[in-house]
Amino acid sequence: MLSSGMIQTLLTGLFETLYMVVVSTAAAYAIGIPVGIVLHVTSENGICRNKLVNKILGAVVNFLRSVPFIVLLVAILPFTRAVVGTTIGSTATIVPLVVAAAPFVARMVESSLKEVDVGVVEAAESMGSSPMQIVWKVLLPEAKPSLIVGSAITITTILGYSAMAGFTGGGGLGAIAINYGYYRYDDQVMLITVLILVVIVQIFQEVGMRIAFKTDKRIKK
Amino acid sequence: MIELKNVSKTFQTADSPVEAVRDVSLTIERGDIYGIIGLSGAGKSTLVRCINFLERPTAGQVLFQGVDLAGLDRGALARTRKSMSMIFQSFNLLSQRTALRNVCYPLEISKVPRQQAVEKARKLLELVGLTGREGAYPSQLSGGQKQRVAIARALATDPGVLLCDEATSALDPNTTRSILSLLRDINQKLGVTIVVITHEMKVVEQICNKVAVMEAGRIVESGLVREVFLTPKSAVARDLILPKNNAAVQKIDSGPLLRLVFDGQSVFSPMLSNLILECRTPVNILQASTQNIGGKVFGQMILQLPNDSAASARVQAFLTDQKIQYSEEETGDAKQWNDTNPADRAF
Repeated sequence: MLSSGMIQTLLTGLFETLYMVVVSTAAAYAIGIPVGIVLHVTSENGICRNKLVNKILGAVVNFLRSVPFIVLLVAILPFTRAVVGTTIGSTATIVPLVVAAAPFVARMVESSLKEVDVGVVEAAESMGSSPMQIVWKVLLPEAKPSLIVGSAITITTILGYSAMAGFTGGGGLGAIAINYGYYRYDDQVMLITVLILVVIVQIFQEVGMRIAFKTDKRIKK
Repeated sequence: MIELKNVSKTFQTADSPVEAVRDVSLTIERGDIYGIIGLSGAGKSTLVRCINFLERPTAGQVLFQGVDLAGLDRGALARTRKSMSMIFQSFNLLSQRTALRNVCYPLEISKVPRQQAVEKARKLLELVGLTGREGAYPSQLSGGQKQRVAIARALATDPGVLLCDEATSALDPNTTRSILSLLRDINQKLGVTIVVITHEMKVVEQICNKVAVMEAGRIVESGLVREVFLTPKSAVARDLILPKNNAAVQKIDSGPLLRLVFDGQSVFSPMLSNLILECRTPVNILQASTQNIGGKVFGQMILQLPNDSAASARVQAFLTDQKIQYSEEETGDAKQWNDTNPADRAF
């Protein structure tokens, strides 16, 4: 069986993973939601059409999204050091996680907003709503269930990225799996970390879907 | 109240510009229920969106209470829109809000205090006959109920004008009738001027006092509903009142077609049997309908006469004698069927 030291290590890893995932998801949304909104409202059928802004922002988002996370992780090490003062540990991992996840979130938000019925937006315009009112009172509330489903997907993706950060000295369960399972051939620890990750993903996904279902008034319950 | 002057709207599409509205001028007076009727693609929906500037006209002017909308900045346009509400074919309610909160929306964006907004919304829902359904979400309401919520929402800002874009087209005939009588009540009790966009003549008959007929982006005829109905000048208007272009009509190639218009009196007399007895000639009824316009009954009928000019002359003389309005319908469509190439006929 596992030694108490190992259990302690796994618990710390679990805590670190949750810390990285939660903080970077929150930060990614803080950046991604406004960017996603701008992408949507400046698009062809948006309420503030602006081709230039849309193209430039879209290009930046696409650029960041096309860099594989493991490459991005290494490439922005100087930036990470500049922001948090170190490149090792879970706090240092949050920086590349946010850089990678924010554009992903922006696209998720954009696609959720795109699902909102254009007729409803038109009705809001016909009632004399300002663009800000349309964003806050129409687009975001109408897209809420879809945004919640999107956040469950985002969390799962970030969880996957966070495990990769173990290769460059990041913390969390990923680092344990790599250090014990990969470098020391400790299959038992490897298996346990994988199991814990699977359970976390299941919980996030299930909770996300349930909340989305509960809040969606379009579904008759 | 609303005046359109030479309004045109052209959309730039990938291959070629599309002229949805061409040089439309019309005046809608306070208290009117003004119908704009036309077939699909005639430009009605674009025209109504030009009235509240959801679509900016590419040429011409839109005056609302004498003010040119093109000269307004964003804020002033928003304020104008609050006095010119709109309802839609697909209702366009906020799906994540209850009926009550949907009606509150226009008040919220006008910064009306919450308590006051809720109170007003309740009254409006009562006005449209939805007391007790305040807490229901749109998904829990029927089509007719959704349109009632939309009407209550449209009335929340005390508008002078209500624009209805195919507001009853997604509803069944009974629901359509009840929504239309609600609109008429609103027009009479609240003095709201109503603009009705529709492709159904029966909608115009039931509530409008004036009508404009649209075809290919232009208004081909307009005036009081009664006049347009009794003496339609355009082919589209005649077609909308009583279509003759159904397959059955086109296949028959003999004999002229007559369109008869009956007023309140002759609807009830056995005119047709008298005609047949007196003229001693058989006639073929291709289409017939009666309509109730402003409480008076009117009928239209399309008759086909035998291919016999003497009999035709007798029928026409009889109709003139009986003071029944009639006009000769073009049988061009029928001829086309015989003249065109065989490939078309096989269709």
